[in-house]
Amino acid sequence: MEEFDLRAQRLAALCLLGAALFSYPLLAVFNVPATVLGIPVLYAYFFVAWGALIALMALVIERPD
Amino acid sequence: MLEGWVVVVASFAYLGLLFAIAYYADQRADAGRSVIASPYIYSLSLAVYATAWTFYGSVGRAAANGVGFLPIYIGPTLMIALWWIVMRKILRISKQNRITSLADFVASRYGKSALLGGVVTVIAIIGILPYISLQLKAISNAFTIVLQHPEIVMPAKLGTVPVLHDTALSMALLLAAFTILFGTRHLDAAEHHEGMVAAIAFESLVKLVAFVAVGAWVTWGLFDGFGDIFSRAAADPGLRPLLAPLDGVAGGYASWVWLTILSMLAIMFLPRQFQVTVVENKDEQHLKKAIWMLPLYMLAINVFVLPLAFGGRLHFGDGAVDADTFVLTLPMAERQELLALFVYIGGLSAATGMVIVETIALSTMACNDLVMPVLLRLRWLRLQEKKDLSGLLLGIRRGAIVLILLLGYVYFRLAGEAYALVSIGLISFAAVAQFAPVALGGIFWKGGTRLGALAGLSAGFAVWLYTLLIPAFARSGWLPLGLLDHGPFGIELLKPLALFGIGGLDQITHAMIWSMAANVGAYVAVSLMFVPGAEEHRQASLFVDVFKRPPEGGQARFWRGTASVPDLYSLLARFMGIDAAAAALAEHQRERGTPRKPEGLAADAELVNFVEMQLAGVVGASSARILVASVVKEEALSLEEVRALLDEASQVIVYSHKLEQKSQELERATQELRAANERLQELDRLKDDFVSTVSHELRTPLTSIRAFSEILHDHPRLDAGERSRFLSIIIKETERLTRLINQILDLSRLESGRAAWNESLVDLRQVIEDTVAATSQLFREHGVRIECRLAAPVPQVRTDLDRITQVLMNLLSNAVKFSEAGRGMVEVSLGREGDELRVDVRDNGVGIPPDQHEAVFEKFRQAGGSLSGKPQGSGLGLHICRRIVEHFGGRIWVTSAQGEGACFSFTLPLGRRRALAEAA
Repeated sequence: MEEFDLRAQRLAALCLLGAALFSYPLLAVFNVPATVLGIPVLYAYFFVAWGALIALMALVIERPD
Repeated sequence: MLEGWVVVVASFAYLGLLFAIAYYADQRADAGRSVIASPYIYSLSLAVYATAWTFYGSVGRAAANGVGFLPIYIGPTLMIALWWIVMRKILRISKQNRITSLADFVASRYGKSALLGGVVTVIAIIGILPYISLQLKAISNAFTIVLQHPEIVMPAKLGTVPVLHDTALSMALLLAAFTILFGTRHLDAAEHHEGMVAAIAFESLVKLVAFVAVGAWVTWGLFDGFGDIFSRAAADPGLRPLLAPLDGVAGGYASWVWLTILSMLAIMFLPRQFQVTVVENKDEQHLKKAIWMLPLYMLAINVFVLPLAFGGRLHFGDGAVDADTFVLTLPMAERQELLALFVYIGGLSAATGMVIVETIALSTMACNDLVMPVLLRLRWLRLQEKKDLSGLLLGIRRGAIVLILLLGYVYFRLAGEAYALVSIGLISFAAVAQFAPVALGGIFWKGGTRLGALAGLSAGFAVWLYTLLIPAFARSGWLPLGLLDHGPFGIELLKPLALFGIGGLDQITHAMIWSMAANVGAYVAVSLMFVPGAEEHRQASLFVDVFKRPPEGGQARFWRGTASVPDLYSLLARFMGIDAAAAALAEHQRERGTPRKPEGLAADAELVNFVEMQLAGVVGASSARILVASVVKEEALSLEEVRALLDEASQVIVYSHKLEQKSQELERATQELRAANERLQELDRLKDDFVSTVSHELRTPLTSIRAFSEILHDHPRLDAGERSRFLSIIIKETERLTRLINQILDLSRLESGRAAWNESLVDLRQVIEDTVAATSQLFREHGVRIECRLAAPVPQVRTDLDRITQVLMNLLSNAVKFSEAGRGMVEVSLGREGDELRVDVRDNGVGIPPDQHEAVFEKFRQAGGSLSGKPQGSGLGLHICRRIVEHFGGRIWVTSAQGEGACFSFTLPLGRRRALAEAA
């Protein structure tokens, strides 16, 4: 079925993953006053998780059928 | 070098450059070699999402509450992950239906309703005005700040400028002129603005580079890397709470979640996003690159937001400089004049990009879905008779652009100072989020109707007005502040910021919860309450099933009526111009491979559909509908007919399913038939065997009767002894024949079920004694002894006395037949076994070999077969016995070994089991 092909399902799964990554309770886990390499843990987490999510999306969408 | 004239010249030079790019792209497009047919350009143009709000406002929000700016970019990332499902579908639908704007999309989905298109347009304009004014405010503020160089002075401290000297006004007018040049130079049937898209893509590049440049400079020039900024911020007691800041965000996680949802919807339904993503899209496949490049762009433009926010607050201290201006004031304060100018240009490109695309999108909506449907209905204007309307269309759009920008300016003058940049943007986000239920519902749910959409939009928008716009007005001083504190007329339950007593949420979360509940609730409830019309039904199906239908001509089959080719042609010419209309028709004819139709000939459904689609590209679906209806004598299809057409496809599937089922049934029936046939053939063979056996059995006595009769006839002089012997043989054979015929008749009655059964309670013991007595003469004749061993009185059994006597008689005579005269001995016994009675008839004759124990009960089968010489019976007796015993639910069998006699036994069930056997 074209509308919900495998690629669409994978991307939808990534959307759910993203929703889990950027909401309670995962955010609360990283919401601590500590630093990694001088950067607050929460900020580092945001950008690393965000970047990883985008990389996965690129991987799924650019993969040949 | 930041003198006033330098800034002005730089601004104009930049806008000039933009125009040159747009002009070049338009030229290339006209030459058929598009520069924007690239997924990279497409992705960059989508980054129009990042406006001055992003450029200046993110830093302001970050300086106030840390990561609070991030949901506005993470939300779109999550939504874009779903684009392969949602946006691809919208793109497909929009291409097939030549959608020109968001209002057109919604109106077209719900039965090409002009009213709905108008409602969407009004909501969009009212909702987006604050957002446009926000851009004007950003440009004007940036310009004012740069002009104060080398001082750093906030614009608010300068007091109000007279309108005529206000840079925001001149900026608004300049942008209006610029947008008119970009967007409405000529009419395009597909609403493509290639030049504009190219310029927007370039602007996206400029604002990204400018922002990253100033971010990098602050991080590594002003400070010593990320670590340095954050460690110094940690040392500052005012900034320390921002380092683990989620607890500090107003409303906490709830606010976070709603901001994310809000921006998920905004990236889809902001009119400018719809314009660049859907209307300007050249190829569905471009979506692939955009799905990861647009989130990546947002990530890149946000990396330096926090360093800029902390750097600014560390540098300027608290309060002296507005955090919304850090991006610009930091390089200015450090005398980085070139960088400051570059940042100013970056902010300008962020703001102008948004304003240009937004006003083009809004003016298209205003023209196609608000003004034109009204004008076309005003008969006294005689618009239908005008020769060329393309000028009128362009005029309306240009007027709309100027009007929208001026309205934006008015809003900025009157309300702009009440809010920081971010809050204004969010109010607009919440307004366009109201489109989500009807648009998303419209592409996945066929049940959504026009009335439902109207109800949902109105309810959602009303709540938005009440909970977001009215408080904004109150804070700007247009309404009494008491309205916010005590509710209207002092009704606390209706306080706009704590509706029905739900307080403790930030304003946006509060407004979103209530408006979405009202919107979705009204949309679903009203949709389910009323039955949609034919047109709605058809459009719903075209939208929802877009992936299941053939791409072209899908609508043509829904049309029935008469129209003439010249009428349609002149209609097209009036809106597209004569040349474009002729070219479009020629193209259509070439594609369909039909020869050019002579003038005056009736147009077919496909041509009418084509013309309506072309017009839809220019004036929107609902106006196109009105226009085509004006030259076409259309017979309305009833809802039933549309349903029938739509169901045709599904019916075919059902039919083929049924057909498959039928063929399976047929196969099953064939197999059953074959089995039945085999059984019949078997029965037929058995019947043949039976008949041949019977005739053989009948012929044997007949032959001997005839033979002896002939002897008697031919030899009258036979002596008396001989004659009497022959006669007795004839008599015996006749008796045998009679017996045989009686048994055959009996059997045939039993087998056909026509036998009469006279049931009564029978004392089996008595029956045995009577039968033995009746046959005692026979036993004496053969010299066989008989003995009865009957148990103590047994219960009576319900059975047929005569039949049971027949069984006993048969078994006894068999026993006599096979017993040796003189030493023969037959023993009859009766006993009770559980709930049945058992009768045994034991002899000490020749016995029956084990392989024939079952066979003896079959028709015409006799123990010993031909070897035992002349058969001593018909071969039917035991078979009849079995029939009778089984009729009463009993069993009959034989146990024997060759030479050791045989024991025939049968049982008859007593009361209860009998009943069971009958029930079965």
